[in-house]
Amino acid sequence: MRNLLRWETALVFLLVVVALTGQVGTDGSFLSGGNLFYLGLDIGEIALIALPLTLVIVAGEIDLSVASVLGLSSALIGWLWNAGWPLETILPTVVVAGALCGAFNGLLVTRLGLPSLAVTIGTLALYRGLALVVLGDTAVADFPASYTAFGTTPVPGTNIPYPILLAAVLAVLFGIALHASSFGRSVFAIGANEEGARFSGIRVKRVKLSLFVLAGAVAAIAGIVYTFRFSSARADNGLGLELAVVAAVLLGGVSIFGGRGTLFGVLAGVLLLGGLRNLLILQDTSTEVLTIVTGLLLLVSVLAPSITRRVGNLRKATP
Amino acid sequence: MTTQLDAPPAPAERTAARRLTTRVGRFRELGIVVALALVIVPTAIVNPRFVQPQSLRDLALNASIVALLAVGQTLVVITRNVDLSVGSVLGLSAFLTAQHFADNPGTPLVAGIGFGIAVGLACGLLNGLLVALGNVPSLVVTLGTLYVFRGVDYALAQGEQVNAANLPDALLNLGSSRIAGVPVLVLITLVVIVVAAVYLRSYRSGRELYAIGSNPEAATLAGIPVAKRTLTTFVLSGLVAGLAGALWVARYGTVDAAAGTGLELQVVAAVVVGGVAIFGGSGTVAGAALGALLLGTITSCLVVLQIPAFWQQAISGALLLSAITVDRLLALRLAKALRRTEGTSHA
Repeated sequence: MRNLLRWETALVFLLVVVALTGQVGTDGSFLSGGNLFYLGLDIGEIALIALPLTLVIVAGEIDLSVASVLGLSSALIGWLWNAGWPLETILPTVVVAGALCGAFNGLLVTRLGLPSLAVTIGTLALYRGLALVVLGDTAVADFPASYTAFGTTPVPGTNIPYPILLAAVLAVLFGIALHASSFGRSVFAIGANEEGARFSGIRVKRVKLSLFVLAGAVAAIAGIVYTFRFSSARADNGLGLELAVVAAVLLGGVSIFGGRGTLFGVLAGVLLLGGLRNLLILQDTSTEVLTIVTGLLLLVSVLAPSITRRVGNLRKATP
Repeated sequence: MTTQLDAPPAPAERTAARRLTTRVGRFRELGIVVALALVIVPTAIVNPRFVQPQSLRDLALNASIVALLAVGQTLVVITRNVDLSVGSVLGLSAFLTAQHFADNPGTPLVAGIGFGIAVGLACGLLNGLLVALGNVPSLVVTLGTLYVFRGVDYALAQGEQVNAANLPDALLNLGSSRIAGVPVLVLITLVVIVVAAVYLRSYRSGRELYAIGSNPEAATLAGIPVAKRTLTTFVLSGLVAGLAGALWVARYGTVDAAAGTGLELQVVAAVVVGGVAIFGGSGTVAGAALGALLLGTITSCLVVLQIPAFWQQAISGALLLSAITVDRLLALRLAKALRRTEGTSHA
């Protein structure tokens, strides 16, 4: 009975409802292979970034700089490509740069004890600013088709976009790390009670630092995906994406206070938002409806546990 | 940091500790003033026209809307909450105010602006009710309403915009007129700052906001109506954002549904640079307003110094990071010093 009341269950139910109404409302084109391919492309970056961000939020911290790291990595790709570097060297360099951005966030949070909300609002501006300094307002677009194809074509023989394949592989790895390893247990422990975690011998600072590094590295990978998907390296790529990713993670039932949440719920949240968006576009509905629905779902996701608790209390009170 | 709800210490210690905290508090705002000087003086040396009255007026005018929002945000942040919806509230209020003026020619100026304030107040009330009664984290609630208010804004606007030609002259004059050389918008902002500062400093309920932010559980045990005060801060933040929306119309004339998009992070940045602790319990509205002025001034200075505007964002970010780092180091030293005064009085 308690499992039925779980938020993840409600999300899956909503997903089924959206899929069915979509399928009926669009005469079967919603669940067609071609549309699912575009749906997958559309949520690729959000799905990628949501994975490490889930771990960060479960550990009781937050990283608002992820979209700026995405932009910085895109700008670096363009800058280094203009400088004549081969893409085989650029891509690993960019991922390392993203990891360094994450490490800077993590060091400020763990070594100086600063609140991650304030730190990452600062680095949100800093990294986006550096992206602008590196590339200005120009766009670099002359990437070889063999690379941009990864962002625009499906895996041969399927309708799965490459970014989704990548996200799926990472999702399995992150899922094991969070839900089936001692590392994941310590992430939950830190989020539930940092003091308690420290006294039980968990290296709190080291775990948190590694989470920020992961978030930076994956955000840089999302930057690569974004750049090749649009065949365009720009400093303002992914502007404002941080709130969409945070919304998806929280919609997935992760507690903003840490200590609670599942990767499965987050993936359902990402799919739900992406599916709704896709459906509204298919039906030529203006996107402001999606904005409102996103906000309302977010409100429901936080209010639902509070309301079920109150109803539970009422039931206990009446004999 | 400045307000603690521990057992009252002995008078001698208390004065020593209090002197120390006020000194640090003053030092904090002084720090922003020094930073402002460090930015303005070199710019003025390079280009003396930068400190001419007209240029200074523009500086204050450009910072005034973010400063207004920062005042409302300060009230919320002091109670260990955050209001991310201010940019969307400003946008909604700006569009509805402009539409109200355009649809009802002859609306008195005060009534029209009052309408904008009422829109903001309603939004703030919704935020406050959700946070205080729903007992859910304000970060998530206001992230949700950020989307809802902006979506409603776009839905109502239907891609239209209100042009300056449809707005009454009285409103547009408000955006450009001056009293004794000071732009009216800046004067309004100053009045709001002073009112909020007096409220936080001298009123019981204002002091209680600091107590709530320092330690919510202790505040509840001390009999402070935490839910009621939290609700009030969100209503006030919404009200100020509504006013800012109406003034946005006066300042820019042409308004569409995108007004104020992304402003929330700038406002939080200004508040944090201004020395308001993001986890509540300390900070002043004057500091927050100075933070907004500093961030705005840096933008203008880069233009004057002909540094590519691309640097502006990186510098704001670096400034925010150094501000919170300095605050943290100061707080650590203060804690050590307080422990020392306690130690000597016990000995």
